[in-house]
Amino acid sequence: MNTLREVFVTGGAQALWTIVVAAVANASCAILGCYLVLRRMSLLGDALSHAVLPGIVVGFLISGSTTSAWIFAAAVGVGLLTSFLIQLLSDRAGVAEDASTGVVFTSLFALGVVMLVRVGEHSAADGGTGDVDLDTDCVLYGLLEFVSLDTISLAGYDVPRALVSLSAVLVLTVAFVTLFWKELKIVSFDPQLATALGLRGGVVHYLLMAMVALAIVAAFEAVGSVLVIAMLVLPAVTGHLLSDRLLGMIAWSLASSLVSAVLAYVGAVLYDTGMAPMLALIAGALFAVALVAAPRHGLVSRGLHRLALAVRIAGEDLIAMLYRGEEDTSEAQPSGTSAAGLSLAGSFAAAGRGPRAWLAVFALAWRRQLRLMPGSRIALTDAGRRAAKSLVRSHRLWEAYLGEHFHLPLDHLHEPAERIEHYIGPGLQEQLASELARPGTDPHGKEIPGG
Amino acid sequence: MIGYNTAIVLAGTTLLGANAGLIGCFALLRRRALLGDTLAHAALPGLCLAFWIVGERSLPAMLGGALASGLTGIASVAFLRRYTRIKDDAALGIVLGVSFGLGFALVRIIQTRVSGGSKAGLDHYIFGTAAGMIADDVKLIAAVSAACLASVLLLYKEFRLVTFDADFARVQGWPSTWLDFLLMGLVAATVIIALPAGGAVLTAALLILPASTARLWTERLGLMLLLAAVIGGTIGAVGTAASAIGGRWPTGPVIVLAGAAVFIASLLFATRRGAIARLLANAAARRKIDEQRLLRAMLEQSATVAPVAHDALLLALSDDGAKANRLIERASNAELIEPAGAGAWRLTTLGAQRARAVDRAWRLWQLLLREQPESSALFSDLDVESIDRLLPAEAVAELEAKLPTGANPTNDRRAAHGATS
Repeated sequence: MNTLREVFVTGGAQALWTIVVAAVANASCAILGCYLVLRRMSLLGDALSHAVLPGIVVGFLISGSTTSAWIFAAAVGVGLLTSFLIQLLSDRAGVAEDASTGVVFTSLFALGVVMLVRVGEHSAADGGTGDVDLDTDCVLYGLLEFVSLDTISLAGYDVPRALVSLSAVLVLTVAFVTLFWKELKIVSFDPQLATALGLRGGVVHYLLMAMVALAIVAAFEAVGSVLVIAMLVLPAVTGHLLSDRLLGMIAWSLASSLVSAVLAYVGAVLYDTGMAPMLALIAGALFAVALVAAPRHGLVSRGLHRLALAVRIAGEDLIAMLYRGEEDTSEAQPSGTSAAGLSLAGSFAAAGRGPRAWLAVFALAWRRQLRLMPGSRIALTDAGRRAAKSLVRSHRLWEAYLGEHFHLPLDHLHEPAERIEHYIGPGLQEQLASELARPGTDPHGKEIPGG
Repeated sequence: MIGYNTAIVLAGTTLLGANAGLIGCFALLRRRALLGDTLAHAALPGLCLAFWIVGERSLPAMLGGALASGLTGIASVAFLRRYTRIKDDAALGIVLGVSFGLGFALVRIIQTRVSGGSKAGLDHYIFGTAAGMIADDVKLIAAVSAACLASVLLLYKEFRLVTFDADFARVQGWPSTWLDFLLMGLVAATVIIALPAGGAVLTAALLILPASTARLWTERLGLMLLLAAVIGGTIGAVGTAASAIGGRWPTGPVIVLAGAAVFIASLLFATRRGAIARLLANAAARRKIDEQRLLRAMLEQSATVAPVAHDALLLALSDDGAKANRLIERASNAELIEPAGAGAWRLTTLGAQRARAVDRAWRLWQLLLREQPESSALFSDLDVESIDRLLPAEAVAELEAKLPTGANPTNDRRAAHGATS
């Protein structure tokens, strides 16, 4: 690909550094985002990313530069204050949690915007020495394209200055997650257990909030404060769709964040959209892929599972009906003429019509449980009869069980049994039978076929 | 005194605030406070696309685009919540992040490709530019506000039902899904007309702040709506005036800060839910419970009105000495007990009456909790005399009939404690 080569060759070191900075910023957010998503606190991430704005301005006012540790300290302070205030409002003042989140972060953001504008005017009035100007665009949208231009010399290499703070935050994040792995896990998955075990859930919570605030502030220079939410949430939900294990989720989340850093650079150069929006878009596209194609939780796989289940149930209902038909015939004619079966059209109706019914009949024929008889009627084969017998056994055992233990009237037994018969395997059949002292008939007086 | 432009902006922000306050109440009560935030963010791509396609700043086209993409965003949230394992909060975050990414990308593309493209209206999307409002904007705001107000007035009963008990509304045969859609549409319209002036985040604030403030003052929907509209209108006007007088303060954020100030003041001073009112109510409740404990202690020490030694009383109260002494003093000031010789106290006639009432309620609770331990959830405010308030009169009478007649009030206190704690 010509253009692709151009992107990287002409980009050179700048391309490399931009991708590295984006990847490092993304990685911290991706790890921490997993915990936010699991704890259902994604919006706290959004709230924090807006609310740290006044902290950033205060840090800038104290230090007079956009890269000092003061900015980090002040922003972490405001971040902790934000989550504390949200908690306070919802716990003590009876404001619903979403409303308290909204109240706190919009107010702090407004405060930050006012401060930002005033500070901007002051520095403009001072003659705007350029270098110490806190740029609105930079704070809100990030200037990832230019981070590679602002370098410092480190061990002989020219390294983007932003990379230093971002790497420090990433190291801290990894250390935090490793050290508090167990605690974070319990607090994320079972907060009640955490409290019962005497774990200081609050301490872990506020540590996590402090780390999120750190990651947000470190990232604001790169991607801007308004898109941090995309970096926090999108890789994490992608991981959540792809894995049921915490470690797996974090690994997928990291992978997605790294891939989006690389692809975002390519996309940003090709379409000239700017790096930060492209990061969000690529992360969103990766999420969409996972949403459709994830092996267990994807839409396709869930749809297929549901279809398979529906087809199985439709087929089972059909053979059970054929079996009951055979029973009635043999009762009426004890001489035992062969079962008359069911017309093809009737069998589709019995299986619920539609494509589901076609699939069900086809699947039964494929498994040799149905056979076609003259006059386009269908009937059970021996294999089909065995399967149907087991199903009817489940049905009638359940009816007997319901009648015995729940004292339901006779006409209330069939419906629940009709639904649950598809989920009763041989093990449960045996348990039910021995529980009921091996009944011969169900409450309606029908024979329970032998297992 | 105020110029034409200021008057236009003032009228616009006042109307916006009032309308957002009114509609925000429903969003808040439906637990969808952050819906406005998501809508506002999700509107950006549509706004940009419309701008790109039409090629100029045409208000109807841009608002139409914004509305369409905002509603798409809301539908995506609903889809993710319904059909995947993704929870509410993450779904909102996904839509927020992706639509803002898309919006910014479009902004960049438009800025570089549309020649001389006046990017006004896109660039200041975050803050909004309330000061740039023109008469046509205000007319649109007035029209939408009037439509919202008319809908609320006409469908007040239906909206109330859907807001507080959607299931009941459905069972009653109301088209609750459609009413819900209509409410959401009103929220969307409110957000869209506020966007150019307020920007994304601040529009969300306009929906949330006045409604949350009103919620602190009242439990009645009608009053809450009125209050929220008044608060919204007031902060809109005050914020605009402040930013006009104070020179170049950004109007949108100043309005939000005014709203935050009103919210904080209400948090402290609201009559029922305010912090100060709560503190007072808590103190009063604690005093009442203490008094009940003292009266029971007196009665336990002597079933009749015989004097009880001060030390025995202290022991029975099992508080630290200073607190117990304070308690005794307060009761004596209230003429519930009176000194009976050296170092002893006796119930007054009034005190004896109150003590018997407390003791009756105590034993009723004891009986109730022994018979129906599951009803312990009722026993939430530790005020034993609350039994007459919490239970229907027949239930109390039934319990009373079961009380052992003439039982010794000093019956096993430990068992009672076990049952209630």
